[in-house]
Amino acid sequence: MCLALPGKVLEITERDRTRMAKVDFGGVVKDVCLAYLPEIAVGDYTIVHVGFAIQKLDEASAVETLKLFEALGMMDQELGDPWGRAAADAGQVPPA
Amino acid sequence: MKYVEEFNDPELARRLLDDIAATITRPWAIMEVCGGQTHSIIRHGIDQLLPSQLELIHGPGCPVCVTPLETIDKALAIAARPEVIFCSFGDMLRVPGSHGDLFRVKSAGGDVRVVYSPLDALELAKAHPDRQVVFFGIGFETTAPPNAMTVYQAKRLGITNFSLLVSHVRVPPAITAIMESPGCRVQAFLAAGHVCSVMGTSEYPPLAERFRVPIVVTGFEPLDILEGIRRTVHQLEAGRAEVDNAYPRAVPAEGNPAAQAMLADVFEVTDRAWRGIGVIRRSGWRLSERYRAWDAEDRFDVGGIVTAESAQCRSGEVLQGLVKPHECAAFGTVCTPRTPLGATMVSSEGACAAYYLYRRLGGTSREAEPVGR
Amino acid sequence: MAGEPIPVADAAQEPVLDIDGWSCPRPLRDSPVVVLGHGGGGAMSAELVRHLFLPALGESEHGGLTDSAVIELGGARLAFSTDSYVVRPMIFPGGSIGDLAVNGTINDLAMSGAVPAHLSAGFILEEGTHLDLVGRIATAMGRAAAAAGVRVVTGDTKVVDAGHGDGVYVNTAGIGLVPDGVDIRPQRARPGDVVIVSGDLGVHGIAVMSVREGLEFGTEIVSDTAPLHGLVAAMLAVCPDLHVLRDPTRGGLAASLNEIAAAAGVGVELVERSLPVPEPVANACGLLGLDPLYVANEGKLVAFVPPERAEAVLAAMQTHAYGRRSRVIGSVVAEHPGLEVARTALGGTRVVDLPWGELLPRIC
Repeated sequence: MCLALPGKVLEITERDRTRMAKVDFGGVVKDVCLAYLPEIAVGDYTIVHVGFAIQKLDEASAVETLKLFEALGMMDQELGDPWGRAAADAGQVPPA
Repeated sequence: MKYVEEFNDPELARRLLDDIAATITRPWAIMEVCGGQTHSIIRHGIDQLLPSQLELIHGPGCPVCVTPLETIDKALAIAARPEVIFCSFGDMLRVPGSHGDLFRVKSAGGDVRVVYSPLDALELAKAHPDRQVVFFGIGFETTAPPNAMTVYQAKRLGITNFSLLVSHVRVPPAITAIMESPGCRVQAFLAAGHVCSVMGTSEYPPLAERFRVPIVVTGFEPLDILEGIRRTVHQLEAGRAEVDNAYPRAVPAEGNPAAQAMLADVFEVTDRAWRGIGVIRRSGWRLSERYRAWDAEDRFDVGGIVTAESAQCRSGEVLQGLVKPHECAAFGTVCTPRTPLGATMVSSEGACAAYYLYRRLGGTSREAEPVGR
Repeated sequence: MAGEPIPVADAAQEPVLDIDGWSCPRPLRDSPVVVLGHGGGGAMSAELVRHLFLPALGESEHGGLTDSAVIELGGARLAFSTDSYVVRPMIFPGGSIGDLAVNGTINDLAMSGAVPAHLSAGFILEEGTHLDLVGRIATAMGRAAAAAGVRVVTGDTKVVDAGHGDGVYVNTAGIGLVPDGVDIRPQRARPGDVVIVSGDLGVHGIAVMSVREGLEFGTEIVSDTAPLHGLVAAMLAVCPDLHVLRDPTRGGLAASLNEIAAAAGVGVELVERSLPVPEPVANACGLLGLDPLYVANEGKLVAFVPPERAEAVLAAMQTHAYGRRSRVIGSVVAEHPGLEVARTALGGTRVVDLPWGELLPRIC
């Protein structure tokens, strides 16, 4: 349930007194209903499900999440052999 | 696509997997609620990459799987009517009712159309004032606001030849039902990320506390799923049972207030039957009194439907994680993806269909029985 | 799906319907009618052929289920093929039903290694169809045939009452000579073969779907319909012993590779990261919930090449106008015979099943 993708708001219009937008999904542009995101603006990223924008994508949060993932690996590098560390942490033979 | 590709990075996936492997010390069973998450797990082969002690139980978060048989039969009856243009998401077309599916109705002359958005159905209603356009409004909390807006628009614009066949379901009551069922083996949940984009996270702490299960709000790209699992394993190993948001870029704690307001106006909570599970109290939504005139069940007389579920089908037990697909006597014999008895064999997210596909892989994957099935 | 021998019809009897061999007895017995999925190019289509048409028509020793049949006639080896074209919309970005009707049948012949020579063209026109449209389609066919160096030498036109057709249906059949020593059939796939695709995947299907789904593209996605016999000739020049060729149309690459794997009793392994899917196609698929492996292609072929010639064949393809973006995408293995699997970017494995019926977008 819930296939929804992030897209960039290109332009905002109105149809039947409802806020609509052209949203760009990496080169594919589709009309999307903005009624649930009254604050969203051109240039923002939004999560779109069945033609409706349901949430604004928090870009800063996305960047931070990726940094956290990268930091996982960084710790391994600082501490040396990742398998040794894992084995030490888990007290067992590292997985193949 | 920006904010998608980055969350598919194989190198970062490797780091998340390493952390999971380094943290886990005993077997755990985690349920991912959402069918979209199941799809992603299968699609990227994630289950094969996880440590063997980790079992993923595919939950009932798939509207295809849980839409009650009676509702499917009502849909088929309505779609067969000559004045009706019946619109549906593609997912529902092959779901077996008591006698056939929407494809069968189409081949018999029914006007059945697949649409991407419920607004497309409304446009059809405007374009065909002489026909009755019915939209099959299924889904979880993510899809309910789009469906709600469509009915709201229909009312506001005075489009009377449009109606909604509603079968919405809510996640929190499903979690309760699963945890209360005897034999339940689920020890933690990956909550459905986009459901929480709409509803926020406030409904989950009481569940985490009551059932002593970690509930981690999880997204859908491979890194999101792995991170959800990683945080869950850390909690399990540490004996914690908290709600944690592993998908903050799309889930603010309060969710989407505008969508919630619309849901409160257009829908009201009701008891809902989940196919294969039974009635779960207050687990569904139906149109509120103000919008009852747009309810397809009222508009079309589809009473007197006698459902005929297969006696052999154990979908419900599979959906609750009580039984593995291959433990069902019908699995692979009478019941296959070509000849599904129940919805878990039809849907590509259904545990039975997934299991059926992978059992032929045998020695190619890490073990004969794929993890999580 | 059934493994029993298929009964061949006795001319004096009614055709034998192998109903018990159908793997979906319940739906058929409830309502034995044609459904859209029968035309989807996947498992349902195969079943319709295997259990209804072949018993009635008699299984040919020339092989029942390939794109074209290679037959001996008067000392010559001829490839003979037919295809019908019902695409909607009839005009789409990059072409029309006319282009498909010519290129499609040329390609079916080319997939046997044949040099396409002549085509027939049959039209079923619905009363009330604009002659402009019919003219446009016919012009497109003439142009496509001329560009391919092939002639339409015979044809037929029928008109049906309004409401009993859908604009224009086209059938084309074609013949061509297969050069000596060329033996290209799905059964020839062998473990170790290299699987090469001639260019970007999913383009035609998304071009057509974009019209129906109201998608706009920054750089327009246009159908890649094209005649491939020149490309095949260039490949044969460096490797006369090509094992398998297939143009992955309805059902996409997934259907083609599954059929070949099943016919040859081998496994096919794809490397997902190697699949050439253009970004707009990938993103459109993401939006609609489609898998590019299942989207229809035109003007593309997939080849199974003996490993020692793979590099030479790839180089020859990449110098040809219709093969510039050719890529190695996988290989044939002895394991999991009949099964197509893909190694995901993460290093996991997923089974790529035969599509069942129609390709449907999803919201889950």
